[in-house]
Amino acid sequence: MIQVFIVDDEEPARERLKELLGDIAAEVPTRIAGEARNGLEALERLPTSGAQVLLADIRMPGMDGLELARHVAGMENAPAVVFVTAHDQHAIEAFELNALDYLLKPVRATRLAAALRKAAAAGAPRAEQLSRAAASPREYLSVAERHRIVLVPVREIVFLRAEQKYVTVRTRAREHLIEESLIALEREFAKSFVRIHRNCLVARAAIRGFERSGGAEEEAHWQVVLDGVSERLPVSRRQWPGLRELIADNNSK
Amino acid sequence: MPSIRQNAYPDLLPDFRNLGVMARVLVAVNAVALVGALYETSGFAAAFERFMQVAAFLEPLLLVDLIALSALSTLLARLPYWPGALVVVALAMLLAGGYQALVLALAPPAAPGLERTLVLAALLAAALLAYFRLHTKAFSPALAEARLQALQARIRPHFLFNSLNAVLALIRRDPRRAERSLEDLADLFRTLMADARDFVRLADEIALLERYADIEQLRLGERLRVIWELDAAPSDALLPPMVLQPLLENAVYHGIEPGTEPGEILVRIERRGERVHAVIDNPHREQANQRAGNRMALDNIRERLALFFDAEARLETRAAGGRYRVEIEIPYRRK
Repeated sequence: MIQVFIVDDEEPARERLKELLGDIAAEVPTRIAGEARNGLEALERLPTSGAQVLLADIRMPGMDGLELARHVAGMENAPAVVFVTAHDQHAIEAFELNALDYLLKPVRATRLAAALRKAAAAGAPRAEQLSRAAASPREYLSVAERHRIVLVPVREIVFLRAEQKYVTVRTRAREHLIEESLIALEREFAKSFVRIHRNCLVARAAIRGFERSGGAEEEAHWQVVLDGVSERLPVSRRQWPGLRELIADNNSK
Repeated sequence: MPSIRQNAYPDLLPDFRNLGVMARVLVAVNAVALVGALYETSGFAAAFERFMQVAAFLEPLLLVDLIALSALSTLLARLPYWPGALVVVALAMLLAGGYQALVLALAPPAAPGLERTLVLAALLAAALLAYFRLHTKAFSPALAEARLQALQARIRPHFLFNSLNAVLALIRRDPRRAERSLEDLADLFRTLMADARDFVRLADEIALLERYADIEQLRLGERLRVIWELDAAPSDALLPPMVLQPLLENAVYHGIEPGTEPGEILVRIERRGERVHAVIDNPHREQANQRAGNRMALDNIRERLALFFDAEARLETRAAGGRYRVEIEIPYRRK
């Protein structure tokens, strides 16, 4: 019995999948572990659903299927993912390249059965497969806890700092630890974050200014002053010239 | 019936009611007068003075010509090209001659000779007709055709496959509704694949909008609410096909689908004097990567409106207060 979770923003599309699952029950026995109308709703319900396979539409409001899959990948006992799409040429190419499974709408019963069997055997996709297939940066970072997934909206993040094997995610209100590499984060969020130090990325929008520190004798260095966080972060000498230009650009606008 | 089927009627008289055509006639005739004045005199000041003299004589005649042509345009459009062109030239000569006689009666010394006026009027009319013929030809066959074809192919595959999927989901639960939806879909695609060079009646375009909205409703359920304000819509007005449907499709695609909450689309079409005014207004969601497609659709529609109405059509968009609005204004034309 495969536990299947269905996410699609269109009610008829969810109904159709359920009908098809009923049709192939003799061949591939399944049970509906849950369903949701978009990525955010799915993330609330998935962790306690016991889902083994996630059937996820790609184009959904709130949070799309691909970002959903990326957050789900961090879960303990993460389900396998089969994307379902009507027509997203770019997404399909990316799936092919990264060995991710997908179904085209309207879905055929035989294809669905095959995809479910394959997914149940293969298990959850790796986070790197998913991130390579993604066309746009995530809108949230996620922390997988035991029975839930905590989402941190990227636009609320002030800075990201690498510490040992974790990255600290600092918002105005809180701090979270995530297991991701700072280099990958820098690449993904290059538009909204800038590196100020070997171990630190800062939200461009949060930079209020720079301060000089250190006395006359020791070599002076710069610190970044941030919106909403009292902590000052050191700017490495290597990053300073680039940052200064960035600030000059901002001021001249 | 007005048409831009230039292949079937390779030569078509210009539409004399069109402001663009009138403007071109005014500019061209005055330009000729200016050239003549420059040629005749030795300095710019003298040329200007001479031009003003000529213009004082010319302008009233020109206006009378244009009024006469626009009044006769429906009749002229029924004639084959060459007889029609002859009528236009003869009309220009007749009016010029009559005008000349009138001016002679009022102020004898100011008027030039009659033969010269008649010949000038005939030459100018013929030259302008030749210009419009070339203009139509340059504008039409390959270029216009290719654009129209490209436009017809523009319905989103996303829409087709999702709609088919939604209908499939209906077949077991509600076969009758499924049947109706497939019929709607068939109508929609029939129109899409039809000859896009002829005008359609507004009533038919509205029926198409309603079918399209029904299909989307099936998919999106309560997320989509369409408010129709069509009581003042002139059902006999003529417009190019597939002008309003792409706008409604855009409204659903950009305004409703990206939202988790239900949204409202307003469709209002009304007659304002001799103009037809259409508004499509939807929730506006900031998503940078979607704008490009939207702008392309709008550019296509704008281009097509220009093909059909020249300078007399207007398309404007406005984003404010969380709403996005497209407004179209076209001349009110009937059969």
